[in-house]
Amino acid sequence: MTKYLFYPGCSMQRSARPYLDSLMAIQQDIGWELEEIEDWNCCGATEYISVSRLPAYALNGRNLALAAQQANGVNTVLAGCSACYLNLAKTDRYMQKDGRLNAQVNEALAAGGLHYDPGTVKIRHLLDVIVHKVGLEAVKRKVVRPLTGLRVAPYYGCMVVRPDPENRFGSPEYPTILDELMKALGAEVVDFPVKTHCCGGHMTQISAPVAYELIRRLLYAADQYQADIMVTLCPMCQLNLDAYQDDANKHFHTNYHMPIVYFTQLMGLAFGRDPLELGLGKEFVNTAPALAKIGVEVPEEPATARPRARRDDPSLPMPQPLLKK
Amino acid sequence: MSTQQFPTETWTPANFLERVIAATPGESRLEMCIQCGTCGGSCPSGDDMDNTPRQIFAMIRAGMEEEVLASNTPWYCVSCYYCAIRCPQEVHIPDIMYTLKNMAIAQDRYVDSVAPDWSQTFVDYVENYGRSFEFGLATRHFLRHRPSGLRDTAQMGLGLLTKGRMDLSPQKIEQMPQLQAILNRAKEVEATL
Repeated sequence: MTKYLFYPGCSMQRSARPYLDSLMAIQQDIGWELEEIEDWNCCGATEYISVSRLPAYALNGRNLALAAQQANGVNTVLAGCSACYLNLAKTDRYMQKDGRLNAQVNEALAAGGLHYDPGTVKIRHLLDVIVHKVGLEAVKRKVVRPLTGLRVAPYYGCMVVRPDPENRFGSPEYPTILDELMKALGAEVVDFPVKTHCCGGHMTQISAPVAYELIRRLLYAADQYQADIMVTLCPMCQLNLDAYQDDANKHFHTNYHMPIVYFTQLMGLAFGRDPLELGLGKEFVNTAPALAKIGVEVPEEPATARPRARRDDPSLPMPQPLLKK
Repeated sequence: MSTQQFPTETWTPANFLERVIAATPGESRLEMCIQCGTCGGSCPSGDDMDNTPRQIFAMIRAGMEEEVLASNTPWYCVSCYYCAIRCPQEVHIPDIMYTLKNMAIAQDRYVDSVAPDWSQTFVDYVENYGRSFEFGLATRHFLRHRPSGLRDTAQMGLGLLTKGRMDLSPQKIEQMPQLQAILNRAKEVEATL
């Protein structure tokens, strides 16, 4: 058993719950013992730092300080969400490089009785540690239900593989470690050309058509490459591609049905775990037809009121509010 | 490649360019921009920006502060870091975009309020609970900016709810006073910079 500190982040607690559930399910299989950082706070995503900088770094500084307090010999902190991973890693790195920022963040932390020496803990992403520490051979040995015949589009998104100053992922534009992991599980991996393109991020909330176009490009490519399923490593990517797929389809009059799951869920399936335990069946786009190819039956969702088909908006066209207040 | 080192302790920024550089943590390298346009060409939302990042950097150098801070460009940055890794001068473009957003809010110069309000609503939840709260965030944002889209959003919300992917009440961290003390102190320090 290898012990790691773990920073789940807000999304994994809620909209990306299946990511957390599947990670918890497989941690034994890969010989991990994850210890959650106690009383961690939000990393601020890309929003807090858009409003003010130093408090955004201090926000992450608190998490780093708490992790360092709890470390007790375990100095690696794992994160699953791209934004959490980048924010924690970047705060640590910038505090190391920029003495002024280090002093300012520590001055803020002192107000809460905390202190952090940059470099005390190492922030790493789940995928990085699974491939580079656990190793593909160890993963292969655990496979009891190979994903044979399942065509997987590996989707990395942005903030895990970029900027990646320590070059943990091999390439910021065309990494292959998720491809290799999926191959180790027995899947047929498509050479996905847009594997590190943007999922739209927060643009779904700010200017939806911009996000829909970015979502469309990813779905189009996965469809062209005849992928059965797209695999992600980030809660935001999963949410945008899964929950907004219907909206993007409506916007472009397309009809994509591309199921989007977390890589930890496919690992769990290959390790022979129960789909329910891995949080499968909670997607907007049904995964059942794809997973049937590897003989997995995804449980039916308990009968809930089916959302009614939407009519086109009957109201008169009104200008979007452009001016503030 | 080394960048110009400003004597940070004593140095007082003299113009808009220097103020942007001084306000950006880490090393912005903004002064190194050679106007090649790789950033805009790599940008997924570049087509929808008022100005490409390259234009914004030229405008910063020209001292066009009002125009820069009124541009939608920083708000349409999706923080994908494509520009940052492709820039031949290693300019830290997303960090500069964050600085510009901060300045646009502080000086109340942004034109379209949708993105700043989204960020501010997010911050409000973090400052009150220590965690983000998707349900409250989406509801507040849509009521204010896209009431006509609320029905569609509500439908997705219902989907998330029935799938166990959304909670109706926020989680609060235990040491909220500690976090607030840290954030308040950080704001005080930032105000003196």
